[in-house]
Amino acid sequence: MTTESRQAASAARRQFLADTAKTVCSVALLGAALGFHAKKARAVPATAIRPPGARAEKDFLGACIRCGMCVRDCPYDTLKLALPEEDVAAGTPYFEARKVPCEMCEDIPCVKACPTGALNKELTDINQARMGLAVLADQETCLNFQGLRCDVCYRICPLIGEAITLEPQHNARTGKHTLFIPVVHSEHCTGCGKCEKACVLEQAAIKVLPIALAKGELGRHYRLGWKEKERAGEALVKDIIDLPDRLPEAKP
Amino acid sequence: MSARIGAEAVAAKGWPGAHKWLLLRRLSQISIFALFLAGPLAGYWIVKGNLAYSLTLDTLHLADPYVLLQSLLAGHKPERAALIGGLTVLAFYFLAGGRVYCSWVCPVNLVTDAAAWLREKLGIRGGASISRKTRYWMLVLTLALAAATGTLAWELVNPVSMLHRGIIFGIGAAWVMVLAVFLFDLFVSHRGWCGHLCPMGAFYSAVGYFSPLRVSAARRAQCNDCMDCFAVCPEPQVIRPALKGEQQGIGPVILPGACTNCGRCIDVCSKDVFSFAPRFAHRVPEKTRDIGTPGLSRSSHS
Repeated sequence: MTTESRQAASAARRQFLADTAKTVCSVALLGAALGFHAKKARAVPATAIRPPGARAEKDFLGACIRCGMCVRDCPYDTLKLALPEEDVAAGTPYFEARKVPCEMCEDIPCVKACPTGALNKELTDINQARMGLAVLADQETCLNFQGLRCDVCYRICPLIGEAITLEPQHNARTGKHTLFIPVVHSEHCTGCGKCEKACVLEQAAIKVLPIALAKGELGRHYRLGWKEKERAGEALVKDIIDLPDRLPEAKP
Repeated sequence: MSARIGAEAVAAKGWPGAHKWLLLRRLSQISIFALFLAGPLAGYWIVKGNLAYSLTLDTLHLADPYVLLQSLLAGHKPERAALIGGLTVLAFYFLAGGRVYCSWVCPVNLVTDAAAWLREKLGIRGGASISRKTRYWMLVLTLALAAATGTLAWELVNPVSMLHRGIIFGIGAAWVMVLAVFLFDLFVSHRGWCGHLCPMGAFYSAVGYFSPLRVSAARRAQCNDCMDCFAVCPEPQVIRPALKGEQQGIGPVILPGACTNCGRCIDVCSKDVFSFAPRFAHRVPEKTRDIGTPGLSRSSHS
């Protein structure tokens, strides 16, 4: 190779490396921005509920290809695909309970329509769906808490008497009536949102929230004495330990 | 170069003859929209879904292998319906030419062709110099992002899927992205989106790397150097070796996967140099000349 051709090859190589670096750096910059955007897009607003059988949000966003088949097969037009300007990842299906709740079809057509398994086909009994969890968020406005017999959330619930029960309590205000307190049971509530839709208030007092947001969790070391007693068949602590009484000292 | 691209071809073959493949392509793009829209607009559910996945007459599964690949890398194994659909589409584009997707199916092609047409009309020249290789890096980026985030990160902003989904399911603000692509192609870079940046085009050019159906400059000896094919081609770099490579012993078939099989070069050539041809026609001229003289080296022709 002559000196000139070697120099030409070296210049060409340098040009190639510079061009490649330029392209790679620009693309990487875009990638960084998009990566942060993707991370933020994982946070779904509490009012947006995924269809029945939807995998955990992070897995769902990797599995859902935004084809809209679930939307097409939803007979009640409950589901819609998120628009790019909305807070839900663009093109993914969701519904808002206060607008149109899930009617809990027995054959679950939305799950059947999903081609990728983003909606898990292991869900065959709609009563086992866990789209979210209803929470009686505001006791100050709930009519039943005021001593009235609204009961709408209880009566509309597809799992009446299971997912929502009415628990009688003494009405301290009147002194002679009973409050019928709506209580949601997470082992039955599917998160369909019919209670939130039906709530007669201007703003629903009962709302469906993502389970992670709605549900508390006991410390793993925690043991409830009466449950342990039931399991063991007898009291775990045999005799009542009589601890010394410590009364507050009388103030002068 | 002639005063107006394709003027010679129109004079030689008439307007319909000089726009045959363009019209067929538009017909294909519009028919696909019509099929997808017949359900939501008129209640005729022939096709359900969108280009990511669709179900035709409740039997034919079709899925976009690019989005499925992202999903796989994100850690999800798609179920049977999507896999069958993805493999069917992959097989089709392998046979027909990978980027047939770009020129015959993709909705953004209508947008970028319009931008290129207007750019020509307004005489806009120059602009940002972006390497055509950028799209392959974009492809690497989108796949790497899927793997790194475990989500379909690119699908949050992909103008291609956004436009098609938008037209069928409601566009929302997705038109902003489409307008951005149009303006980018019009003012910033000639054929900027489809020819330089789009990772989907990069993916499909890889799918069609060995496609049997290609465009061939079969009658390249008749070329009168009017340059119309270079002016009209969205990927003009693919033409030169096939059209002008006879002296170097290069065959007439346009082999690179970047060629979209759009057929515009066939339309605008007044000399009928180009035609669709099988890939293996690449070496035919040498063979025909070699008949009867086995062992004759190619160099004797150059």
